[in-house]
Amino acid sequence: MSARDSILRRLRAAPPGQLVLPPDVPAFYAAVREQAPATDRAARIELFCERMSFWRGEIVRVTPGNWAETLRVLCVTKGVNSLLYGPRGPHAATLEAAGIKGLKPYDRPVDEWKPELFRDTDAGFTSTRGGIAETGTLVVWPDDKEPRLMSLVPPIHFALLDANAICDTPFEAMSAQGWISDKPVAMPSNALFISGPSKTADIQITLAYGAHGPKELVILLLLGEGES
Amino acid sequence: MNAPENTQTLSFIPASEFKQRTTEAVADAHLRQSFRSAMDFLMAKRAAQFPDADALEAQRALAEHIRRYSLSRLPELLEKLERQLTANGIQVHWAENAEQANAIIVGIAQKHSAELMVKGKSMVSEETELNHAMEAAGIAALESDMGEYIVQLDGEKPSHIIMPAIHKTKQQIARLFAEKVPGASYTESVDELIGIGRAVLREKFMAAEIGLSGVNFAVAETGTLCLVENEGNGRMCTTVPDVHIAITGIEKVVEKLEHVPPLLNLLTRSATGQIITTYFNMISRPRQPGELDGPKEVHLVLLDNGRTQAYADEQMRATLQCIRCGACMNHCPVYTRIGGHAYGTTYPGPIGEIISPHMMGLAATHALPTASTLCGACGEVCPVKIPIPDLLIRLRAEATHDARPGHAPLVGQGAARSALMDFVWAGWAALYSRPALYRAFVWLATRFRFLTPPMQSGWTVSRTPLKPAPRTLREQLAGRHLKT
Repeated sequence: MSARDSILRRLRAAPPGQLVLPPDVPAFYAAVREQAPATDRAARIELFCERMSFWRGEIVRVTPGNWAETLRVLCVTKGVNSLLYGPRGPHAATLEAAGIKGLKPYDRPVDEWKPELFRDTDAGFTSTRGGIAETGTLVVWPDDKEPRLMSLVPPIHFALLDANAICDTPFEAMSAQGWISDKPVAMPSNALFISGPSKTADIQITLAYGAHGPKELVILLLLGEGES
Repeated sequence: MNAPENTQTLSFIPASEFKQRTTEAVADAHLRQSFRSAMDFLMAKRAAQFPDADALEAQRALAEHIRRYSLSRLPELLEKLERQLTANGIQVHWAENAEQANAIIVGIAQKHSAELMVKGKSMVSEETELNHAMEAAGIAALESDMGEYIVQLDGEKPSHIIMPAIHKTKQQIARLFAEKVPGASYTESVDELIGIGRAVLREKFMAAEIGLSGVNFAVAETGTLCLVENEGNGRMCTTVPDVHIAITGIEKVVEKLEHVPPLLNLLTRSATGQIITTYFNMISRPRQPGELDGPKEVHLVLLDNGRTQAYADEQMRATLQCIRCGACMNHCPVYTRIGGHAYGTTYPGPIGEIISPHMMGLAATHALPTASTLCGACGEVCPVKIPIPDLLIRLRAEATHDARPGHAPLVGQGAARSALMDFVWAGWAALYSRPALYRAFVWLATRFRFLTPPMQSGWTVSRTPLKPAPRTLREQLAGRHLKT
């Protein structure tokens, strides 16, 4: 008998125990929400910024008109000589028109240029699918246009976040993406919640940033024109 | 097949050695200081996350419900998970024991002619001692979690499931790096030490053909493997190498993605007092056509290794609710004093005391459930409400008795039984169930108290000798009655 079959047979041979009904997670969160004061967009933005700053995420408030120029200036001040971007991504045209020095397209499989990605790429730029206020988190959904390693390998990660896409909780963020619903959409190959730059407290519980992933996370928080 | 022959012999440690190791650990002032301060820190961090006791109780009740529901449908959910993962292009393997799991992983690595495997944090791979199996097959297995990297470099094992190198000071780590890492000079700066580890490991992520990880939650309905981490090494291991192998115990499956947020919330808050970790990584597919990175193959190894034995008993099934946050050990007065290594098992502390007997058999582990004062702190902080003290008492009984009627014996059932102990208890039962005999005994005991030996084996090592009172309690009460 295969390992699979004997494991399943042992599990099925066990006494069934008490009947446990399915937990109603959406109802639990709905009840929590009813008790909590209602949040509005401004409160969500404020909480997001507070929590993300706690994780050492750097927040830069931008508008649709100035974010690319702001990014260009940030690259200069941070000494970024190469900025990785997705040439078929949603913001490619804006980035290419911004005059950023060392703009580097992620345009071939990683296998062909791994050493360059690891040793010679200062920063990566990605879009995001949303944010989470309660936890200070970005929802990142890498795909064929903005691959997985862009937000991981370069020492600085720039992320563009639409302030309108900030939810209150992880549960609401998953619902907003359509992952939690009566008819959930298929999960992407890889989906991420990112809360600050990588960190560790493994040596004498002393917090250190830049463990294996980015040392810096910079959020370009996209507000309405005239709002910042 | 009903009595699973899947106990792990690799890390067999005689139970008698446990007592010796605890004596050594308690005498090590340095170690005690390390653990005391670290556990105080973690307890305070957790407490700060739960200011509202009622809200915490509601969250724990929900988390317990989710875990109990998942376990109640475990065989069905495992099949559903397998179906969905396979549909997503992830290959599923099953292993009854450590040896089978290691053979599967070595096999995959050999198929790819791999020379190097980088490992994200996985306690299950510690459980199977995968690194030994890989090395025996000529494949290097390198730990990449900073704490795991440090203990591996020093030829040690983790002493805590969340903070593997918690027993080491930065001075010890500084000396270790200066000695073992080529080109590293001595520094006590934590930032610089982490920088040294980062530089070494980035080269390895690039070079490795295989990346290994654990799994925090496996979602059956969507076929998603969820990983919780702060460092980014988990993402490196699951994204950079061509092949990603995840290994997990069969109990980690949940039905729906909506079951994950409540568990994630309690996991990170209970473990390190964080609202969330830096990365929450949801993996549902290998690299798809048109995608430029990500592993080309993803495998999941589902491991039993004694878990079905715990599952077979309705009370002990609760052991499998565990989400491996480590809060029970952080709050355990015994763990805090002896540290993680003294247990000699992969999982130390209260959770280790109730899960290890199923993995390694009671013959090797019967002393572990006795390493508790039954103060109840572990059960009180457990985010999924595992009744750990009840399970400790149950395992103590199983170690000294035959299996209950209608229950299959556990591996090592009755291993702690001794003829002397049986004789003593039989005598005790005889005395206490026969009043005449009892009175005669206490009369003799009080009158011949001068015969009590001054040295009483282990008792008098740190306590005054036991000596009966000059008169029995009955006599004393009678005397008092007369006086008033």
